[in-house]
Amino acid sequence: MKYIDEFRQHDLASKVAGAIAKEARPDRTYHLMEFCGGHTHAIFRYGVQDLMPANVHFVHGPGCPVCVLPVRRLDDAVELAERHGVILCTYGDMMRVPGTKQRSLIRAKADGADVRMIYSTQDALRIARENPDREVVFFAIGFETTTPPTAVALVQARRERLANFSVFCNHVLTPAAIQHILQSPEVRDMGTVRIDGFLGPSHVSSIIGSAPYEFFAEEFQKPVVIAGFEPLDVMQSTLMLIRQINEGRNEVENEYTRVVKREGNTKAQDLVSDTFELRSSFEWRGLGNVPYSALRIRAEYADLDAEKRFTLSDKASREVKSCECPAILRGVKKPTDCKLFGTVCTPDTPMGSCMVSSEGACAAYWTYGRFRTNTGGQGATEDIVA
Amino acid sequence: MNAIDPNLPEPDNAPEPHSAIDMTHGGGGRAMAELIRTVFHRHLANSHLAQGNDGAVLELPPGRVVMSTDGHVISPLFFPGGDIGSLAVHGTVNDVAMMGARPLYMSAGFILEEGFALTDLERIVQSMARAARDAGIAIVTGDTKVVEQGKGDGIFITTTGVGVIPDGVNVSGNLAREGNAIVVSGTIGDHGLAILSKRENLEFETEIQSDSAALHTLVAAMLEAVPTIGVLRDPTRGGLAATLNEIAQQSKVGMMLDEDAIPIKRDVAAGCELLGLDPLYVANEGKLIAICDAADADRLLQVMRTHPLGQDASIVGTVVEDRNAMVQMRTKFGGARVVDYLAGEQLPRIC
Repeated sequence: MKYIDEFRQHDLASKVAGAIAKEARPDRTYHLMEFCGGHTHAIFRYGVQDLMPANVHFVHGPGCPVCVLPVRRLDDAVELAERHGVILCTYGDMMRVPGTKQRSLIRAKADGADVRMIYSTQDALRIARENPDREVVFFAIGFETTTPPTAVALVQARRERLANFSVFCNHVLTPAAIQHILQSPEVRDMGTVRIDGFLGPSHVSSIIGSAPYEFFAEEFQKPVVIAGFEPLDVMQSTLMLIRQINEGRNEVENEYTRVVKREGNTKAQDLVSDTFELRSSFEWRGLGNVPYSALRIRAEYADLDAEKRFTLSDKASREVKSCECPAILRGVKKPTDCKLFGTVCTPDTPMGSCMVSSEGACAAYWTYGRFRTNTGGQGATEDIVA
Repeated sequence: MNAIDPNLPEPDNAPEPHSAIDMTHGGGGRAMAELIRTVFHRHLANSHLAQGNDGAVLELPPGRVVMSTDGHVISPLFFPGGDIGSLAVHGTVNDVAMMGARPLYMSAGFILEEGFALTDLERIVQSMARAARDAGIAIVTGDTKVVEQGKGDGIFITTTGVGVIPDGVNVSGNLAREGNAIVVSGTIGDHGLAILSKRENLEFETEIQSDSAALHTLVAAMLEAVPTIGVLRDPTRGGLAATLNEIAQQSKVGMMLDEDAIPIKRDVAAGCELLGLDPLYVANEGKLIAICDAADADRLLQVMRTHPLGQDASIVGTVVEDRNAMVQMRTKFGGARVVDYLAGEQLPRIC
């Protein structure tokens, strides 16, 4: 397959692996955070870790849109579907994420709520057109990549005067989250989490460009390499990061030049700023309240804002106590540090969000990396990455 | 459609012929008898059905008898390379064949939804008849029920098949042994992708056809060449990954696959890439997995490749010792990964 196979070639991978082994100094370690779940997935699916020297470690970041959504917002979505009787349209992964008391949208659906899995915002608009007597809410989640399609849906709904359509907006922003991680006490003061550099987002950067990372590369003295999602992209970017670290540079470099430009997709950016504005604060699972890290729908589109159209009740939302998703999302713990991993929490019975999405660190460990623990899931404890 | 009978008292006010299933078709009265006669018996014609009894009396050759049943709820009903009718025949023929048996007879139960177009029903029954004839199997007994509109989705078909295992053949999911070769009969993922390409919210342009086919003649040829094949199974729902995991657990062994050796069509790989699917988990309806002694694998492969349904057969891996019964794979990229069961559902209602 053109543009795919080229980036999955074994012989090239061996060459890059050789270059990494040569570049990585044996007297030190390299802790590289891949922000995106897409990278986590690629690392595990293709066995990239196997091709790395022992002193190169990947620290899994919070860039999985399903994983970072706080339980409260999920409970709100369940409430919209159950109490307000709307047709709730959602992307597939969101269906299985457990909310308070393990209540998920898939369970709400089984109990009679009208929850529909969709592939694009266009499906949600179609459902709204086909059901003029029902309220249709699109449960919008995701980083900068999924925001423009939601913006398109808002503009289109307005143009068509679709009175029964609204958006429950949960779109979040990548640079704010990375900055928050770098400012966290674990990284800054305590040194519990070592991050020597970042594999920067690929699809997100196709929208926002590489410029937004320039500030914190300089401010926090951490190199960033924008990396594509194919395994060779990940390896090449790793090599570029190790070179920067060795040379003491802290620059934003772009490995994913076939897609990402410095200024990004300005048309998409304009569309997003026409329809959304910054929230002063938004809760992330794992990171807590992060200032200016999410978007809400602009006042001009308030009539299409589900948060304004429906009154959502106060609720005592809570996660499973011993679930380590929050610490895993901050890079403080690994999935195998969690007591629940592989015992009560598996992809079939997820207790936390990181076990649901294929981009979640726990699901990736379980699905692709479990053999390293050689326990078959009977309480895996061995560190499988180091 | 019948021409208007000029002998009727009011020829221009003649009763309209039925164009859709209504509740009378399941009522046990004349309408139902008429439906059975004009659609089912007409197309599926054989001496057992012609007797009009509630069951069929079967003559079976000597040997162990296999019985297997399968329900079909696929959406859409008509897809590139087949329809729910041919699928209902192939699915059950294959389930019987995967036990090492020669399929002989089949039953068919229809659940029809009020309002279902009679032309569609006729098309489906014709397709079943054709598939059964091609497979050399008779549909000897059946049942029809009608449910109110909204209580079904057009048509559901349940088929049960009966076959006989030849002497000396012993096939079972728990017979995979360390060192055995794992053989796949052809490209994987064709059926699932063909179905997906016709889903209303996903439609995309592709030439991919479902691989829906009856595999019993391929199985017969394979067993003749290598009667000691331990495991035969068709990787339907959950794809190659789910089926290999089932076998690994039944046999309490591990498996090591070689990604490079797994046959997959370029279009299917591209479609999976586009939709974010892993082809290892995408359904097949005309492929099988065989596990046999490594020493017999090449001979088996030769025989398979001379059969039209096994031309792309390939040895995709080896059975290994593993107390955790894990299926693993060496990736094309050079790493290794687990190939686990699928959690949840990748694609609903594909068979």
